[in-house]
Amino acid sequence: MSSGEANMTTTELVPLVEMRDIRVAFGGVHAVDGCTVDLYRGEVVGLVGGNGAGKSTLMRALSGAHPPDSGEIRIDGQPVSITNPRDAKTLAIETIYQTLALADNVDAPSNVFLGREVTTRLGSLDDSAMESATRTVMGRLNPNFTAFKTQVKSLSGGQRQAVAIARAVYFNAKILIMDEPTAALGPAETAQVRALIRQLKSEGIGIFLVSHDIHDVFDLADRISVMYHGQIVGTVNKDEVTIDQVLGMIILGKRPEEVTQKELAKLHG
Amino acid sequence: MTEASGITGAAIRGPSGRSPRSLLRSIEIDTRLLGMIGALAIIWIGFNIMSGGLFLTARNLWNLSVQSSSIAIMATGMVLVIVSRNIDLSVGSLLGFLGYTMAMVQAIWIPTALGLGFYQPYTWVVALLVGVLLGAALGGFQGFIVAYGGVPSFIVTLGGFLVWRGLIFQYAQGQTIAPMDSTYALLGGGPIGSLGDVGSWVVGALACAGIVYSVIGSRRRRQRYGFPVRPTWALVTVIVAGSAAVLGAVWIANNYFWPPALATQYALDHGITEPPGGLQIPVGIAYPVLLMIAVAIVMTIIATRRRFGRYAYAIGGNPEAAELGGINVRRTIMLTFALLGSLVAISAAIQTARLNGAVTNLGVQNELDVISAAVIGGTSFSGGIGTIPGAVLGAVVMQSLRSGMVLLRVDSPTQDIVVGIVLVTAVGLDTFVRRRATR
Repeated sequence: MSSGEANMTTTELVPLVEMRDIRVAFGGVHAVDGCTVDLYRGEVVGLVGGNGAGKSTLMRALSGAHPPDSGEIRIDGQPVSITNPRDAKTLAIETIYQTLALADNVDAPSNVFLGREVTTRLGSLDDSAMESATRTVMGRLNPNFTAFKTQVKSLSGGQRQAVAIARAVYFNAKILIMDEPTAALGPAETAQVRALIRQLKSEGIGIFLVSHDIHDVFDLADRISVMYHGQIVGTVNKDEVTIDQVLGMIILGKRPEEVTQKELAKLHG
Repeated sequence: MTEASGITGAAIRGPSGRSPRSLLRSIEIDTRLLGMIGALAIIWIGFNIMSGGLFLTARNLWNLSVQSSSIAIMATGMVLVIVSRNIDLSVGSLLGFLGYTMAMVQAIWIPTALGLGFYQPYTWVVALLVGVLLGAALGGFQGFIVAYGGVPSFIVTLGGFLVWRGLIFQYAQGQTIAPMDSTYALLGGGPIGSLGDVGSWVVGALACAGIVYSVIGSRRRRQRYGFPVRPTWALVTVIVAGSAAVLGAVWIANNYFWPPALATQYALDHGITEPPGGLQIPVGIAYPVLLMIAVAIVMTIIATRRRFGRYAYAIGGNPEAAELGGINVRRTIMLTFALLGSLVAISAAIQTARLNGAVTNLGVQNELDVISAAVIGGTSFSGGIGTIPGAVLGAVVMQSLRSGMVLLRVDSPTQDIVVGIVLVTAVGLDTFVRRRATR
C-alpha cells in the first residue's frame, strides 16, 4: 500500500488541523485533559479509546458543539476560535454525530440543508431546489433512497445515517468528523460507508474517525490516536503496529514499549 | 426499504393506486385537516338540527366568523410557540394590557395629553402601531428571559399573566376607557365595519386567483426539477374545491343583511326611499375576519416557506440537532414570543374596537381559548407538530361549540364542562391516531 508514502509527502506540509493541549472539564471531571492531535489533508486519523475516554468530547470541541476550556486549534496553520457549530461550519468542518443530530419531524432535504437553506430571491425556502440537490447527493450515497418527502423519524437506521452523511458531505467539507459512523448499520451499509470514506479521503478531505470498532479503524485509518482517561496515550502509524498493540494501549493506557510482559500476559489471560 | 415506501410513495408512485387513501394522497391534502373539517361539519349540522335550523343561517355563521377571528389570530402565533416546545400563558393578560394601552393612546394621550384632538385621520394607525410594537416588545421580552435566561416558559409567562393584568390598573385605576376612534372602531366588525357585497366578491375573486396561482406555481417549480407532480385531475379538484369554499363563504356573508333599523337610518341619511320590504344591504366579510385571513396567510408563509418557521419546527423536533445544525436556537425562540405578542395586539385592537372601549377584564381566559384552539387544531405539546390552518379551524371549532350551545340556551357552567371534555377527547383521539400512524 502506498499510504505510507503519501504520508511522507503530506507531513512536510502544514497540518490541516492541529489541536494543541485541549482541555474540557465537566464540573470537576477532566473529560479531556491536555490532548494534542493533528490531521493532514487526505488523511484518516482514527480516534479510539474505551467508553468515557473523551473521544467524543475532544471532537465536540472541534465541531463547536462544546467549546474547549483551554487549548489552541489551528486550521491550515491559522489559530481559530470555534465557539459554536456555525463557526465550525464556516471553517468547512462538518460532523456526523453518533446521535446523527437529525430534526426528526422534517424531511430529508430539510435536514440536509438545516441551517443553510436554499432560498429564492425573496428569501422564501426553495424546497424544490433543496430536494433536487438532495436527490443528487443521495444518488451517490444510497441509490435506494426514495423517501424525500417523509419525516426522517420514519426512516430506517441506514437511511437516517445516509441523511446525516449527506448533510456533512454536501457542503464541500475540508475536515470531516465521523463519530461512530457505522454503529447503527448493517453489513452492506457499513461497506458503503467504508467505500465512501476512502473516496472522500482520495478527494483530499481530512477525516477524524471516532470508533469503538478497532477493525474499522485498522481498515480505514492512516494513523491512530489512542485516548485513555481524557489523555492521548499516543499516536501511531497504522502500518507500524498490530491490532493487539493498539488494544493494549486502549485497555492499559500505555504505549506498546511501556507495557511489561506481566501486563501483556494479563491482557491475554 | 419496504418499510418506508408505504409512507413515502406520495409523489413517487404513479396513478396506479386507487384506494381512497391513495386518492387523498395524490391530491396532497393533509388528512388531519380534512378530518377536522369533517368534525366541524358534524358539529354544525348537529347544532342546526338541535336548534331547529337556527345554526346554519347567514346571520349566525357571519357572527361566528367575527367571534372566531380574535382567538384565531392569536392561535396562529401560539402554534409556533408550542411547536418550538414552549407555552405562553400570558396572552389573555397581555391582550388586556395592550388593548388598554391602545385605548389610552386614542382616547386620552393623542387628543388630550398631546392636545391634538379627537378623531384625527391618523389616530387609528398610531394606536395600532403602538399596540403592535409594544406587543412585540413585551412578548419578545418574555421570550428573551425564556431563551437567554433559561427560565421555563411556563413560569415566565405565568409571571406575565399576573404582571400585565396588574398593570392595567395602573392606567386610570381601572376605569373603562371609551369611546374608541371612529375609524379604529371599524376593526371590530359589525355592519359598518364590513366590506359590503362588491368588496367581498372582489376579495373572493382575488382569493380564487391566489389559489390558482399558488397551486400552479408549486407545480411549475416541481416540473422544473423533473419531479413527479400530482395528476391534473387532482390539481383541478384542489382549485375547484378551494374556489367553491371561498365563493360559498362570500355568498353567505353577502346573504346577511343590515339590521332593519340601521338600514332605515342609512336610507334616511342618504335620501333613499325604502322599498316595501325594507332596504336590503348585504353586510359582506367583516374587517376582523379579513384581518384574520390575512394573518393566517402571512403566518402560513412564515411557518412553511421561511427559514424562521422551518427553524421553529426543527427546534421542536430536536433542539440539540437544531443547535448542532447551526441554527440560532435562542434567537428563534425569542422571536416566536415576539411574533405572538404582535398578534395579540391585533386581537386586542379587534376586541376593543368591538366593545368600543377598554375594560379591565378584557381578554380574561383568552389564553385558555387560544391554547385550546391551537391544540384542537393538531398542535402537539411534544413539539415540532402543528399547522396554522389547523389552529384557525381549531378556533372556529371552539367558537362553534360555544355559539351553538348559546343557541340551545345551555348555561355557561355547562358550556365550560362540554368544551373541557371536547378538548381532552379531541387531543386524546389525535394522539391515538398519531401513535398508530407511526407504527
